Amino acid sequence: MTTAARLLRRRDRPRYSAKEMGIALALLAPSIAVFVAFFYRPFLNLLNWGTFESRANGAFFEDVGLRQYREQLTSDDFREGLWHSVQFVLYTVPAGLVLGVLLAVAAHRRLRGIKVFQAIFSSTLASSVAVTSVIFFYLLNPVVGIFQVDWLTNPDWAMFAVALSAIWQNMGLSFIIVLAGLQNVPDEVVEAATLDGYGPVRRLLRITLPLISPVLLFLLVVLVIFGLQAFAQPDILTNGGPAGATETLVFKINRLVRPDNIGIGAVYSVGLFFVTLVVTAAQFVILERRVHYAR
Amino acid sequence: MASVTFENVTKRFDDVVAVDALDLAIDDGEFMVLLGPSGCGKTTALRMIAGLEGITDGKLLIGDQVVNDIDPARRDVSMVFQSYALYPHMTVQRNIESPLLVRRYHADGPDQPARKLSRTERSERVDEAARVLGLDGLLKRKPAALSGGQRQRVALARAFVGRPKAFLMDEPLSNLDAKLRAQTRLELVDLHRRVETTVVYVTHDQVEAMTMAHRIAILSAGRLQQVGTPQEVYDVPANLFVAQFIGTPPMNTLTGAFTTQGGPAIAVGESRFPVPADLKTRLDEGRTVIVGARPEHLDVSEDGTIAHDVRAVEWLGHECLIFGSVESSPVVVRQVGMAPLAAGGTIRLAVDPANVHLFDPETTERLA
Repeated sequence: MTTAARLLRRRDRPRYSAKEMGIALALLAPSIAVFVAFFYRPFLNLLNWGTFESRANGAFFEDVGLRQYREQLTSDDFREGLWHSVQFVLYTVPAGLVLGVLLAVAAHRRLRGIKVFQAIFSSTLASSVAVTSVIFFYLLNPVVGIFQVDWLTNPDWAMFAVALSAIWQNMGLSFIIVLAGLQNVPDEVVEAATLDGYGPVRRLLRITLPLISPVLLFLLVVLVIFGLQAFAQPDILTNGGPAGATETLVFKINRLVRPDNIGIGAVYSVGLFFVTLVVTAAQFVILERRVHYAR
Repeated sequence: MASVTFENVTKRFDDVVAVDALDLAIDDGEFMVLLGPSGCGKTTALRMIAGLEGITDGKLLIGDQVVNDIDPARRDVSMVFQSYALYPHMTVQRNIESPLLVRRYHADGPDQPARKLSRTERSERVDEAARVLGLDGLLKRKPAALSGGQRQRVALARAFVGRPKAFLMDEPLSNLDAKLRAQTRLELVDLHRRVETTVVYVTHDQVEAMTMAHRIAILSAGRLQQVGTPQEVYDVPANLFVAQFIGTPPMNTLTGAFTTQGGPAIAVGESRFPVPADLKTRLDEGRTVIVGARPEHLDVSEDGTIAHDVRAVEWLGHECLIFGSVESSPVVVRQVGMAPLAAGGTIRLAVDPANVHLFDPETTERLA
């Protein structure tokens, strides 16, 4: 008997009648169909494409099995792309979390006209990456810009400049999510802490933040995924330059997905998928224990 | 331990006056209940003591110190909230310990400077609080794993572990079921006897007020109506509001006129209520008054002077309530045991003059 079969025979497993199973499958069918059509099948295709190596500039492909995976995932180019993506994450995620918390704490109070500020703080969510990029392209322009810096053309500063526009862009989302979390913290708990002698900073660190930790974990996961997927900002602001300093992994994938290189592009994509999967799973495993879910 | 004194304290929220020129002196060690219907300003008054609400006008003192502008954390009062407001991410132990961790205490006597408590001192105090409130086995649990009654006791332990000058309680029993509420009332009285701290307790439940308070302050629409012992506010209500708010079922009140024909009495249609001895000679003929009598003070009696049309009789086992009307005003009579009455009949009622209350119809104040 195989392990799987033994597992299936375990007594504590609920038993469903054929009719119940039928109904369950029927109810699941629409979403299964959507996932198969738009996720599982394309993903399998992608895995498969990664085993074909381009010959004669994509005129024909040869099945090389896992060799292409081995070679490409250990290549300097992949590693460089991954490092740029990680850099982007390191710039954007902590800043996003801190700014989200600071803005939300500032705007979470009963004041006349506070809605106006809440609307302003969340407005960056409503602007597209293209618009944001154009704004920063102007702000950072060395000649006509407001800050007049050469960051976008300086290899040491380009990634930071690109990340800056993403930080600004994410701010609205972070703000809204943290604010929603704060609004769920019962006033009485904060008041109890006040009477217990906690000052404003202690209240924030010891009471409020732990109480909104599920929201912060969610925000962390989302921001990391956004960061690993960064493409549009470097594409618009720097076109990957200068000297490839802002070529993130997705940027490289976008370059590679041409008829002559689609196999390598597929390998990179699969690589990014597993990196994202591992990082996200690690966040849940490591942090979930420290997150308090109110009951 | 300290007294708490309101001197002409007013609280306005924009145009709404929540507390209107409140004068109230709560003695050191007293159990004072602020009682009133919702929106009467009792919770606002309590929150002003805590410093969670600012004071628009007047002076608030804890001991002999004016605390109007003192930070809540420095007032040395603790509060038990209706929702208990426990810290859900901390264990019971940490919840109770929390004020000890951040505050400074005069642990070496009142003349020595205040300091933070050591780890041993903290754990001694937490253990003591846990023992008093029967939480010994629960210290490692989180609030989510506790029952409502246990959470309530953790909130009490947290409030009392720092031995504050005053305990403030905002409807602490309202989330408990009836049985647990009755039991906790007794425990609170017990706890108070033990710690002898000033307690200011807010409730809309007159049973809690009557059973626990040394004195009750009754508020309505932001104004203080009467302060007195439970017996005083019950026996000698200062005005119509207090008369009708205290007591279940509430006091019966009817509009009548003073007459001397056939002896001094209040005439309500054909029915006549006797007049308390001290008022017999002080009322003008024909003067309109509101006459009040509690359901338990009305007796069914052949030669009673009050005609009561019976609408329904509710038998509750140890007593029965006779619902009906006198001259078309609703009147309830409470009788010990079962009354052999049928709905639709008329009975005669008598009342001892000492148990008749008279109020001015204009000012609603008691006539005395």
